[in-house]
Amino acid sequence: MNAALEHALQDWYPVAMVGELAPGECKHSKLLGVDITVLANHAGNATESTPTITVRADGAPVDVQQAFDHWWVCLGNKPRSLFTIEEASEADRRFVPCGVVRVACSPLRAVENFLDIAHFPFVHTGVLGAEPHTEVYKYDVKVDESVDEVIATNIKFYQPQAAKSAEGGIQTEYIYRVPAPMAAVLYKTCPLKPDALDVIALFVQPLDEQTCDVWPWMALYDDTSTQAELIQFQQLIFLQDRSILENQLPKKLPLDPGQEIPTKADYTSVAYRRWLKKRGAYYGALEVHP
Amino acid sequence: MSFTLHDYVLSGNCYKVRLLAQLLEVSYTINPVDFHPGKAHKSPSFLALNPHGTLPVLESGDTVLTDSAAMLVWIAQQHDKQHTWWPINDAECLAMTVQWLGFSSQLTESIGQLRLHTMLNRPADAETLRRQSIRHLRELENHLTEQSIRGQAFLCGKQPTVADIACFAYTALSPDAGLEHTLYPGIRGWLHRIRCLEGFLTMPGIYEAHETRNEHTAAS
Ligand SMILES: N[C@@H](CCC(=O)N[C@@H](CS)C(=O)NCC(=O)O)C(=O)O
Ligand SMILES: [Fe+2]
Repeated sequence: MNAALEHALQDWYPVAMVGELAPGECKHSKLLGVDITVLANHAGNATESTPTITVRADGAPVDVQQAFDHWWVCLGNKPRSLFTIEEASEADRRFVPCGVVRVACSPLRAVENFLDIAHFPFVHTGVLGAEPHTEVYKYDVKVDESVDEVIATNIKFYQPQAAKSAEGGIQTEYIYRVPAPMAAVLYKTCPLKPDALDVIALFVQPLDEQTCDVWPWMALYDDTSTQAELIQFQQLIFLQDRSILENQLPKKLPLDPGQEIPTKADYTSVAYRRWLKKRGAYYGALEVHP
Repeated sequence: MSFTLHDYVLSGNCYKVRLLAQLLEVSYTINPVDFHPGKAHKSPSFLALNPHGTLPVLESGDTVLTDSAAMLVWIAQQHDKQHTWWPINDAECLAMTVQWLGFSSQLTESIGQLRLHTMLNRPADAETLRRQSIRHLRELENHLTEQSIRGQAFLCGKQPTVADIACFAYTALSPDAGLEHTLYPGIRGWLHRIRCLEGFLTMPGIYEAHETRNEHTAAS
């Protein structure tokens, strides 16, 4: 088996939202090139420790756990632990799983695009950015060795409509986290509660190296918007990205410096690519030359 | 008459109504329906409003419309005093408009379904839908080529009608379903002319023309 796949197999990936399937309902999907079936178990045979879905890969049942309103699966025999999001247990937040969107792109490109602020004024015009406010000011990026995550802090960006709840333009502060190769979490100024941070995450299910199912998830402070409004605000944004992502070339993410020229705003992207390379997370990446 | 549009932000059929309303400067209220992932358009309360379980739905007083083509006609007839969008004074053009409105619902069944499959994982027979979609794009391309030979820039004449709006949505969105416009120069020119219309509205997958990008910012 190739090393990239072997590495990717040990991580957890979302395959369904909790409650997505009715009891007895089954769906077919793919994970890391393997056909999987996701079956919602009938209530009654579920005890506390039994998951209420059963996932089979090539016919054999695999490990499943529930987190952040999704069901997560690991196909490997030496699973790493699933990352945590503390805000997921804060009862006063609104939790918004936004549903799956399929994108014909490398799972790594989906994560990298999520980390990039420079595209806001051009792709999310009038919402997450606007001309002439295109400059990305210097911010801090590092790998937090204690948890082995990429973390970017001190990011500030002007946004005409930072969230569904925003009444007008604000200077938004951002923190980004990459806790796993195919997941990213951001924390941004909450328009309704300026001292608090909204949480938006992108959980990526790699179908293969060039196709992924993306499951956006939010944990917000917002007591005015309906669930449909919150979901559609996020879908509006993410579907603007989708057509860009499907047109990026090369299809796989280049990890070697020089394979693609990073621009000034791409500090997080550079750190992400280095971090992937260092840990050997090459699934969805262009061949790396040691 | 003002109205409420039961809407889904990624729906091509809902977009048709939003686009014409914006072009004709008609104000309305949006009620977002959780189409995906919530399938709220199949809930008992929504089915009571629209037994077909589809979006969009337009409500105004006692009027309830469940077909986007009907909504376009309803809006144009009331708000376009020149009668170009719904050309009631030109028999030939009006008949063509009805004909291409019919074609637009075929696009929902081909490209629209293929797009839901490709983008939102809706189970479907992708190969059949792809073949139908390509057949529809070719039919449209042929017609637009003939129109340009006749010196007509739009589907039914020199001016855009509601049929252009109706056919624009899923044609413009076909790359979402993996069908690029490269092979269809006539379609590309026509899409561009519509994107340049004063008051044009975008949606994810449909962007403003470069020429107009700095003149007006997208309305929310
Ligand atoms: N004839 C209707 C068709 C509308 C239609 O099919 N809408 C799609 C969304 S764009 C829908 O609601 N489909 C139901 C479904 O796929 O569950 C119209 O043009 O308004
Ligand atoms: Fe984006």
